Amino acid sequence: MPATAPLHLAAEIGGPPRYDPGHYIGLARLAEHGALDFVTLGDSFARPGLDALAVLSRVAPATGRIGLVPTVTTTHTEPFHVSSAVATLDWVSRGRAGWNIDVSTTGAEARLFGRRPAAPADELWREAGESADVGARLWDSWEDDAEIRDVATGRFIDRDKLHHVDFEGASFSVRGPAIVPRPPQGHPVTVVDGTSGPARETAARHGDVVLVRATAPEQAAAARADLRRRAAAHGRDPDTLRVLVALTVDLGDAETAPEPGLESGPPLAAGGSYYRGGPVDLAELIARWHRGGAADGFHLTPITPGRDLERIVNGTVALLQHRSLFRTFYPGGTLREHLGLARPANRYALEGGRA
Amino acid sequence: MHLAAHFPGVNNTTVWADPRSRSQIDFSSFEHLARTAERGTFDFFFLAEGLRLRERNGRIHDLDVVGRPESLTVLAALAAVTDRLGLAATVSATFNEPYELARRLATLDHLSDGRAAWNVVTSSDSFTGENFRRGGYLDRAHRYTRAAEFVATARELWDAWTPDGAPRPFRHRGQHFAIEGEFTVPRSPQGHPVVIQAGDSPEGREFAASAADVVFTRHGTLEAGRTFYADVKARLAKYGREPDELKIMPGVTFVLGDSDAEAQERAAEIRRQQVSPQTALLALEQIWGRDLSSYDPDGPLPDIDPDPESSLVQGRVKHGDPSPSSRLRSSRGGPIAVAARWRALSEEKGLSIRQTVIETTGRQSFIGSPRTVAEQLTEFVAADAADGFILVPHLTPGGLDDFVDRVVPLLRERGVFRSEYTGPTLRSHLGLAEPVWKG
Repeated sequence: MPATAPLHLAAEIGGPPRYDPGHYIGLARLAEHGALDFVTLGDSFARPGLDALAVLSRVAPATGRIGLVPTVTTTHTEPFHVSSAVATLDWVSRGRAGWNIDVSTTGAEARLFGRRPAAPADELWREAGESADVGARLWDSWEDDAEIRDVATGRFIDRDKLHHVDFEGASFSVRGPAIVPRPPQGHPVTVVDGTSGPARETAARHGDVVLVRATAPEQAAAARADLRRRAAAHGRDPDTLRVLVALTVDLGDAETAPEPGLESGPPLAAGGSYYRGGPVDLAELIARWHRGGAADGFHLTPITPGRDLERIVNGTVALLQHRSLFRTFYPGGTLREHLGLARPANRYALEGGRA
Repeated sequence: MHLAAHFPGVNNTTVWADPRSRSQIDFSSFEHLARTAERGTFDFFFLAEGLRLRERNGRIHDLDVVGRPESLTVLAALAAVTDRLGLAATVSATFNEPYELARRLATLDHLSDGRAAWNVVTSSDSFTGENFRRGGYLDRAHRYTRAAEFVATARELWDAWTPDGAPRPFRHRGQHFAIEGEFTVPRSPQGHPVVIQAGDSPEGREFAASAADVVFTRHGTLEAGRTFYADVKARLAKYGREPDELKIMPGVTFVLGDSDAEAQERAAEIRRQQVSPQTALLALEQIWGRDLSSYDPDGPLPDIDPDPESSLVQGRVKHGDPSPSSRLRSSRGGPIAVAARWRALSEEKGLSIRQTVIETTGRQSFIGSPRTVAEQLTEFVAADAADGFILVPHLTPGGLDDFVDRVVPLLRERGVFRSEYTGPTLRSHLGLAEPVWKG
C-alpha cells in the first residue's frame, strides 16, 4: 500500500441504549464535523435498544455528508425486506447508506422468533453471504434507466430493464425483482466484521469494508493481506476492499494516561483491541499503523460516545488533519465516494450489453 | 373531522404523464407531501406497501407508476422533517414476524415522539410469497387468524416494559406464534402505535372492531358509507369498546376547480389519463383472464367469456384499484358475472372498452369547487358515513397543495376541522386514549 493512500476513519455511535433521536443526531453531526467516512450503529434483537436502521434513517435528513451504517442481522430477517430497507436508507440519505452485516447465533434470539432453532456460526455466516448476494442482485434488478415515463407508448417503465433475480439459497429463495428502484450508490456499502473465522470468508467475498481486530500492526497487516488474497480468489479486485482496524478507545483519563500504545483491556470489546490513552497518542498510533500499510483506516468505538467521540474528533482527527494525514472536507457526496469506491456496474445491464 | 394524506404510489391513480408529476422515490417528494399535510394540520400521512411487482403472463406490468422505497424507513426519515403529523405504514402481517415488526413500529413511535401507526394488511397469494422465506402457504382464513394473533402478540410486546421503564420477560403461545424473551424497546410514547386496518369483508370488519383504532375503507355513496359505519360501530360493544374508539376513514380522491363545472371537466380528463388505451385492455384482461391485446380499446367488449381459472395477470385481482376491500367486491360472483355486468353496461350506454373501464373502475371522488367539496366532506361526517377521510391525490408530490390551501381553510371556517394541533401524538389527534398497560 503506498504511503499516500487515503486514510479512512469511522466511528461507532452506539453505547448504552438511548431512546431519543437527538442523542444520535448529535453524535453523527459531531463525526460529520470531523469529516469521518461513516458512523456505525450497533444493533441486536437480544439487548435493549432501538432498531438501528430506523435510527439512522431518522438521522439522515439531519446530516449532510456522513455515511450511515446500521447493523442488520440476516438470521431471523427476510432478505427481501432487508434489501428494501437498506436501499431505502440509501434513498433517504441520498447515497450515504451502508449495512454492517451480522448474524444472530443465540438460542435467546431464536426464541424471539420461534421459526427455527439457533444454528452454528459458520452456517449462519454462509447464509449471511447469501443475504448479501441476493441483496446486491435485488439492487441490480432495476437498471438505472428502467423508469422511462414514455408518454407516447404509455409505458412508465421499460420492462426489459427489470429482472427477476431467481435466487435459490440454502434456506431461502427470492424471485424478485426488487420493489425499490436501484439505490443512488448502486449498491449501498457492505460492511462485515471479518475478525472471526466463520465471518472471514463472507467478508472477503461480499464486504466493501471489512473490520478486523488486531493488537499489533503486523497482525492487522496479515489480516489485510489474507482478506485481499481471499477477495482475489473470488474474482474481486482487492483494491475494491477497505480493511479497517476496529479499535475500542477510552480517552477518558487522558491526563494520567499510560505510555502510548495498545494494551489488553477489560472484556468490553470481545476478542478485540482496546486503546486507552490520550487523543494525541491515538493520532500517533493511527498514523504509524496507516503509514506502515497495516490498514486502510480505523473504525473507532468510543467507550463512552458522548465524551470520547468529542475527543476523537476535536483531538485525534484534528491533529491528523493538521498533519495532512486526513481530509478536512468531503470531496464527494456519497459514502462510496468517501471510501474511494466506484459505483458498481449493474450485472444485468452488463449481461444485456453482451447479448 | 379527521384527515389523512395518502402518498400516491404504485397504481394508475397517479397521473404520471402530467408534466407536474415528479419522482415517487426521491425523499424530496415524500418531504413535500408530508410538509403539506402538516401545514394542513392533517392527522396522519399514509404509505401503502408493495411486495411483488405485478405481472402479466410472466412479464412485468409496465404501464403504471411502480417502484417505491420501504415505508417504515421513509417514515423514520420523515420524522426528522415534521413535528406533529402522524406517520402510518402499511405492513403485511403475512410476510413479517411479530417480534421484528413490533420492534420497528415501537422504534418509529420513539423516533417520532408518538406519531407511529401501522396499517395491518394480509397478503393473499403464493405469487407474492415467492419473495419470502415463508412462501405462500396461507389460505384466506388462516391469513386472518394469523393477522389477529399477530396484532395481539405485538400488543403483548408493546406491554413488555412497565410504564416506568423496566423490561419484563414475555411469553406467547398461540396457533401461529410461540415466542418468548425480552423486548428491546421500552413502552413507546403512545403506549401502542395506532393500529389501522383495511378491508370490509365480514372477517375484516370483525377484526377491525376487535383490534383496530382506525378502519381504512372505501364506500362510494353516502348510503353505503352510512350502512358500513353503523355495522362496524355496532360490532364494538361486543369487545367492550365505545363507538368513538374506532375511527372510520374511507380512502377518497378529489378534484378541485374554480367552479363545479370546471372541476367536472378536469375530473373527466384525469380519468382519461388514468385509463389509457393500454390500461383499458389490461383491466379487461384481468377480468377475462385472456390475452385481449388484439382488441381495439375504442371498440366493443369481447363476446367471448372469461376464463375463470386463468392466472394471466398476477399481483392484483382487479386493475386500477389499490384498495383490498374492493378486491373482494370486484370478485363477487366471479369473473363471468363481472364480465356480464360490464357487457350489459357497455351495451346499455353504448360504451367502448375504454369508456366501460373508465365507468366501472371509478372510485368515489369529491369533485367541485373548494366550497362544494368542503360541503360534501362535512355532510359525510355529519351523516355518520365517515369519521374522516384518507385523501388520495392523483399527482406526486404536489397533489395535496390545492386541497390544503383552498379546502382546509373552509373546513376550519365551518368549525369541523382543527386550526392547530392540540396534542403531540397521533392518538391525541384522533381523540384516542392511550391503551391501558397490561403487564
